Amino acid sequence: MNTLMLGRPTRPESQPSPTTENASSLTGGKGLLQAEPLIFERDDYAGTGVDLPEPESAIGEDLAGLLRTAPIGLPGLSEPETVRHYVRLSQANHAIDLAIYPLGSCTMKHNPRLNEKMARLPGFADLHPLQPTSTTQGALALIDRLAHWLKTLTGLPAVAMTPKAGAHGELCGILTIRAAHQARGDVSRDTVLVPSSAHGTNPATAAFVGYKVVEIAQTVDGRVDLADLAAKLGPHVAAIMVTNPNTCGLFERDILEIARLTHAAGAFFYCDGANFNAIVGKVRPGDLGVDAMHINLHKTFSTPHGGGGPGAGPVVLSAALAPFAPIPYVTHGETGFQVVEAAEQAFGRMSAFHGQMGMFVRAYAYMLSHGADGLRQVAEDAVLNANYVKARLAGALTQPFPEGPCMHEALFDDRWLEGSGLSTLDIAKAMIDEGFHPMTMYFPLVVHGAMLIEPTETESRAEIDRFCDMTLALAEAVKRGETERFQAAPQLAPRKRLDETRAARSPKLVFPVEDAQRRGAT
Amino acid sequence: MRYLPLSNADRSAMLGVIGAANIDALFCDVPQSARQAELFDLPLGQGEMAVEAELARLARQNRAAGEGPFFCGAGAYRHHIPASVDHLIQRSEFLTSYTPYQPEIAQGTLQVLFEFQTQVARLTGMELANASLYDGSTATAEAVLMAARITRRSKVVLSGGLHPHYAETVQTLATAAGLQVIRRPLAVDDEAAVLSDLDADCACVVVQTPNLFGTASDISAIGAAAREVGALMVATVTEVVSLGLLQSPGAMGADIVAAEGQSIGNGLNFGGPYVGLFAFHARHLRQSPGRLCGETVDAEGRRGFVLTLSTREQHIRRDKATSNICTNSGLCALAFSIHMTLLGETGLRRLAALNHSRARALRSALGEVNGVSVLTPRFFNEIAVRLPGPAAQWVEGLAERGVIAGVPVSRLAPVAGFDDVLLLCATELTTDADITALVAALKKGL
Repeated sequence: MNTLMLGRPTRPESQPSPTTENASSLTGGKGLLQAEPLIFERDDYAGTGVDLPEPESAIGEDLAGLLRTAPIGLPGLSEPETVRHYVRLSQANHAIDLAIYPLGSCTMKHNPRLNEKMARLPGFADLHPLQPTSTTQGALALIDRLAHWLKTLTGLPAVAMTPKAGAHGELCGILTIRAAHQARGDVSRDTVLVPSSAHGTNPATAAFVGYKVVEIAQTVDGRVDLADLAAKLGPHVAAIMVTNPNTCGLFERDILEIARLTHAAGAFFYCDGANFNAIVGKVRPGDLGVDAMHINLHKTFSTPHGGGGPGAGPVVLSAALAPFAPIPYVTHGETGFQVVEAAEQAFGRMSAFHGQMGMFVRAYAYMLSHGADGLRQVAEDAVLNANYVKARLAGALTQPFPEGPCMHEALFDDRWLEGSGLSTLDIAKAMIDEGFHPMTMYFPLVVHGAMLIEPTETESRAEIDRFCDMTLALAEAVKRGETERFQAAPQLAPRKRLDETRAARSPKLVFPVEDAQRRGAT
Repeated sequence: MRYLPLSNADRSAMLGVIGAANIDALFCDVPQSARQAELFDLPLGQGEMAVEAELARLARQNRAAGEGPFFCGAGAYRHHIPASVDHLIQRSEFLTSYTPYQPEIAQGTLQVLFEFQTQVARLTGMELANASLYDGSTATAEAVLMAARITRRSKVVLSGGLHPHYAETVQTLATAAGLQVIRRPLAVDDEAAVLSDLDADCACVVVQTPNLFGTASDISAIGAAAREVGALMVATVTEVVSLGLLQSPGAMGADIVAAEGQSIGNGLNFGGPYVGLFAFHARHLRQSPGRLCGETVDAEGRRGFVLTLSTREQHIRRDKATSNICTNSGLCALAFSIHMTLLGETGLRRLAALNHSRARALRSALGEVNGVSVLTPRFFNEIAVRLPGPAAQWVEGLAERGVIAGVPVSRLAPVAGFDDVLLLCATELTTDADITALVAALKKGL
């Protein structure tokens, strides 16, 4: 070793570490976060990350004239490059596995990995929907068992399993109701009543089927206005669509009277089951007078949200509606389970095949894990956690409906921001800088600047406290008038505030072909 | 219960903070008569071992496709999925994230969607694509509804080569929306038959290529004829691997492309979840359904992505929305996108050629079986054959001997004249031994 090097410290000692405001890197990366280009921003599109054998025969002459000739323009990456691309991108996402994800109305609960493992058993994952039913008895049995649990938990005698998401389930429910009216010659009903606080999918669904949508007013305590409902019901009303617990996180106290009035008018009661998590295992919607309700398996029964789907939205049905359910469905006969592909009164088919089997396996694993006792505890802990949030934040934030307990989510408005110059959006973005995913904002529409917080039952008290402490700290900062902290937020996320107006004004939805050509790619 | 973190001590302390005497006090708004005092009549909770054992028991009662010779297609296809695809989609940040409503902390999902949209647009030969729909059948129905909005017309003609489940889905949803749906009779090779119902009241014609029977067709002339009367052509593709070999629907004049993307990156899963691909022209953007991801910049001018044009969607437009759709098929779209990135154009073309060559091997082997006649004139990886006797009986009989021979048309549509028609598919996973086993079983007879 060079003697001159001896005794020389290998790293600088006690130098002050310089700090800069809004530190930015020279090349776009940031700590562990890499700046990751689009796969299309490569000079060479010819690579591939799969090794496939050579085809043993040439293309048939019969396909002459049908073959693709021009380049497609799809870049291929080697496996290591592919893995890095997606792992790097993943690091720019929030996830329930990282921290509380308090989106009201979305029920972001823990997704057990056992369910993922079970859905990947070859007997489920590598099964074709049109194999002979003699070779799929286990899959049909699982659909039948899941249906049994859903019927038992809701107290309704039938369930349509095929709808692929909540909104698809709503459509299924409304089409079933329409078919039931038509079957008894009742064709003049052209209206669906929807409370002003409803999910947007409710009016969209009713309008899709051609129904007129009429809003039901809300009372000052956040519930359906019974007098308004009674006034709007009549022989022209096909159904009401009510979410219960509703989107304000409140149980409709007059639910039995709502059902009675609806039935007395000859209409059906469709319940949006998005918030079933609050009552699962404790209250059966069938006992509340509900005729049809979709169940978001991706909410209450914890199939993962996957960045926006896939979901699953089976619809439970009353005896009066059951005959009109869509095909296909599973029955049990002498030769085991069968798939019914044609039924005289069925209103039709919602989609190809049997519904979201992969989600069914996960939901069933979740149900078996919890059992009757665990599911009841789910509802109780979900409601307890939401009321705990409500209690902890009540002093600092304002509530539109402060009286009484909430159900699975706590709703706040923006009156506490009056005079501060700040909006709900600013609070949400400041939460991001504190390391949290914000609550649902500006929904329900009936509450000004709504902030809807749903912790779910899978958050520990410590995690909820962390979220509440953070929210209270922000409320203090609002009081201190630190408006810049909020209006400039987020400063610390992978991106600062994104210009949504620009995105909508001149939409750029795909990587342009000419950009690729300029880069020399084929 | 292992998924519930609260201890009893937590629960009482929290009730104390809330000021509630007990948990029932929080359920006081629920009518007393509807509160269940007892546990429901369902089993109690179980540990991982017990749950795993029960689900494994059910899974064993199914004959997985990979267990032996297997020839089913008809809208769901068994392809090899690279190991890295399933690994990557199980990244927590993809699997357990929500719809990207807070774009600053969802750039991962959003960039994937932008890349997915670009891949789908290029694959289908269209200008634009959305962030996915539920599956190919619902995508076809949405395409029909979109065509009706664009043309302000209400008549729809479906080709006899369209998958019957797709046709029924369209019929259900389009009829509900007040449209008139005409279904042409099942036909192995007669896409042009839609022209006989084409007139100036038509919103669109729907043609599938390769069709239910595996027949690949040049649909350009149908598109041109539709345009002549101001109607649109909706092209449906159930097997997207075919687009690595065959001309894209866009190049053949399709106005809207609705496809099932399951073949790329997604397993059979007994029919779902799958991923609907939906592509269209820029001029029709405002009438398109579903989520869209768009490029923009952040406050510092850095590129970023957001969900955009949501003024078409239900959460803004409510009863005036273009569709009631809320969820897309995000994770399946991710799987599609990763697999397509691994393949690239080079791999996709190779995969398509390989599928076609396996189907050719299947076709020539079947051609040598007495009593079996091949019906499909031009195919990619699926063929229809006429068997001596009802195809459903053959399929049941062969299944007992370990061969899953394909899908009888009667399973999809009980139509006279097709009772003895069987649909078979070969993919890169179909071996010579599989084909030999099928041929031997067919020769042996029922």
